[in-house]
Amino acid sequence: MLSIKNLHACVEEKQILNGLNLEIKAGEVHAIMGPNGSGKSTLSQVLAGNEAFDVTKGEVTFNGDNLLDLATEERAREGIFLAFQYPVEIPGVSNLQFLRTSVNAMRKHHGIEEMNAAEFMKLAKEVSKQVDLDPAFLKRGVNEGFSGGEKKRNEVMQALLLQPKLAILDETDSGLDIDALKVVADGVNALRAPDRSILMITHYQRLLDHIVPDYVHVLSEGKIIKSGGPELALELEAKGYGWLGIEDQVAANHE
Amino acid sequence: MATTDEEVRELIKREYEHGFVTEIESDTFEPGLNEDVIRRLSDLKQEPEFMLEWRLKAYRRWLEMEEPEWAHVDYPQVKFDDISYYSAPKRPEDMPQSLDEVDPELLKTYEKLGIPLHERAKLAGVAVDAVFDSVSVATTFKEPLEKAGVIFCPISEALQKHPELVKKYLGSVVPVADNYYAALNSAVFSDGSFVYIPKGVRCPLELSTYFRINAANTGQFERTLIIADAGSYVSYLEGCTAPMRDENQLHAAVVELVLLDDAQIKYSTVQNWYPGDETGKGGIYNFVTKRAACIGKNSKVSWTQVETGSAITWKYPSCILRGDNSVGEFYSVALTHNYQQADTGTKMIHIGKNTSSTVISKGISAGRSSNAYRGLVKFNPGAEGARNFTQCDSLLIGDRCGAHTFPYIESKNKSAIVEHEATTSKVSDEQMFLCRQRGIEPEQAVSMIVNGFCKEVFKELPMEFAVEAGKLLEVSLEGSVG
Repeated sequence: MLSIKNLHACVEEKQILNGLNLEIKAGEVHAIMGPNGSGKSTLSQVLAGNEAFDVTKGEVTFNGDNLLDLATEERAREGIFLAFQYPVEIPGVSNLQFLRTSVNAMRKHHGIEEMNAAEFMKLAKEVSKQVDLDPAFLKRGVNEGFSGGEKKRNEVMQALLLQPKLAILDETDSGLDIDALKVVADGVNALRAPDRSILMITHYQRLLDHIVPDYVHVLSEGKIIKSGGPELALELEAKGYGWLGIEDQVAANHE
Repeated sequence: MATTDEEVRELIKREYEHGFVTEIESDTFEPGLNEDVIRRLSDLKQEPEFMLEWRLKAYRRWLEMEEPEWAHVDYPQVKFDDISYYSAPKRPEDMPQSLDEVDPELLKTYEKLGIPLHERAKLAGVAVDAVFDSVSVATTFKEPLEKAGVIFCPISEALQKHPELVKKYLGSVVPVADNYYAALNSAVFSDGSFVYIPKGVRCPLELSTYFRINAANTGQFERTLIIADAGSYVSYLEGCTAPMRDENQLHAAVVELVLLDDAQIKYSTVQNWYPGDETGKGGIYNFVTKRAACIGKNSKVSWTQVETGSAITWKYPSCILRGDNSVGEFYSVALTHNYQQADTGTKMIHIGKNTSSTVISKGISAGRSSNAYRGLVKFNPGAEGARNFTQCDSLLIGDRCGAHTFPYIESKNKSAIVEHEATTSKVSDEQMFLCRQRGIEPEQAVSMIVNGFCKEVFKELPMEFAVEAGKLLEVSLEGSVG
């Protein structure tokens, strides 16, 4: 599904990714862990096509196509979904309108008839219940005045609505209490399917108790330095990043 | 509606044969302005004597005045002697005969706005449909209005049929020498709309210039006078969301609204005159004076405007809140793109006790345009318990445009309360990335974000107008991304 070879990327001339390699097959769930500043979020932004990041070397193919040739919106329509770490507000634009515009853009691209307002309302209400969001939130502005937890649940809800081929979750667990984490994890687990891959980016192991990945990778200084199964995350949790010779100042300060 | 093309053509022929036979020789004045021109204009329109005197007074005052330069706009001086001050409606043979003869770019825009085919033809000035529309519309709309006692006609007709009403109120809100362009308009206005709503009547229809016969070719100096008698209500829609074909560069209109006790007027405008091309060439200069006088107690006036057209907009729909407890509202969306310049806002003059006003202004700048909000809130010594709330938001698209805010507050009454909020924001890269990551085209994303920004104003517009205004923003913003 996704193949990343020797990926180098920078932002504002600062090199962040330094030769990253990763293969994700259909149906697999991968977790990328690493300290702050290791390049986790950069990887997700580069895959989704944020133009603030420059790819300087390497290649990325998605279902055989050169992903780096596609514009952001084209990647989205081909099935790449990014759940944002810090979803931005769009004042005055209702969630309902935003989501319907998005769903219809995808449908149009795939030659499926667009949904009318009534049909979409019904679907959106159902899906919002899945992530424990009051359907009234559909009428509010996009992320406007949402709590941290509501924003994250909203992101997962969008993944459920759009049914992507590859869902990238950028620290979807951060800032959630344990109940909200459970709801978000249930939503992500509902996404798991043989034809869908999931790439989870996280700082902490606790998310992986709820969403058990097939593979865990450790990212440091823009490269994957160790890969393994779910047990790698537990080992990391027990021994800390220092175990792999990585300095994790932020984590050290927090813990 | 079963009229065939042939019948319609027949009808046009008849209309113009009768209407303009004697005027063929003199149906457009040679350029230039002097007292003789005004006399000829007034004579041609068979105006009462007082009207000619009024025009001449305005002209003499205008000669002594200077063109204002305080607005935040920049344009070459207007050559008033190059303008022709009277031009009769075009004869059908001078108009495009079918849509095939109309600029395809214009037609493309109409299509995007979803305007029905026969309306497109009317807007583009195609001869047949212009008349076709008027005939069908006239019969549908005239009857219920007449029944309710509402007068809705060209102001030239009102001068013939209701001179006492016109004489009493014309210039009572915007005096002849109010400002440079109002004085010019008073001297030379060619036509416009007149509305009178009798006591206690709720106008059964939303009145619209778009539906009125003779709406086309009222010329560049349009004059509108609306009088809402005690306890009456009217909603008036001005303009049209499609770009109007127009050869005049300078537009200097005057709109006066008069409200007696407990009367209410809702005045909505969508202005989409030709804005000039993307290099800033051409486009309309829109210098308009709009003012409402709430002379009666408990009266209420709302100005709602969506301004996306014109190369230069210079417009401050204002409210004089004289009657106790009267209410003034101003809701505005002004969008500028490419090289457009807008200096727009409102004046809220609180004179009566417990008067209140609300100002919501949304300015959107894209391209290399400049967009200024200029507003005055004034409390006179007698405005006991008066209050104002002003919210003034600017949205920038790209980094080559400008937004400016010039609020003026004058309070001579200690009990008056005034609140002013202002924000400036940008369509951010993060917002664009979020939309595009969800598969939405960049242009659609911008238009959605801008529509969200304008929501508070759009909800004040009559329903169909609001839908069209949203589409209009989309069309006006084309090419603003990338």
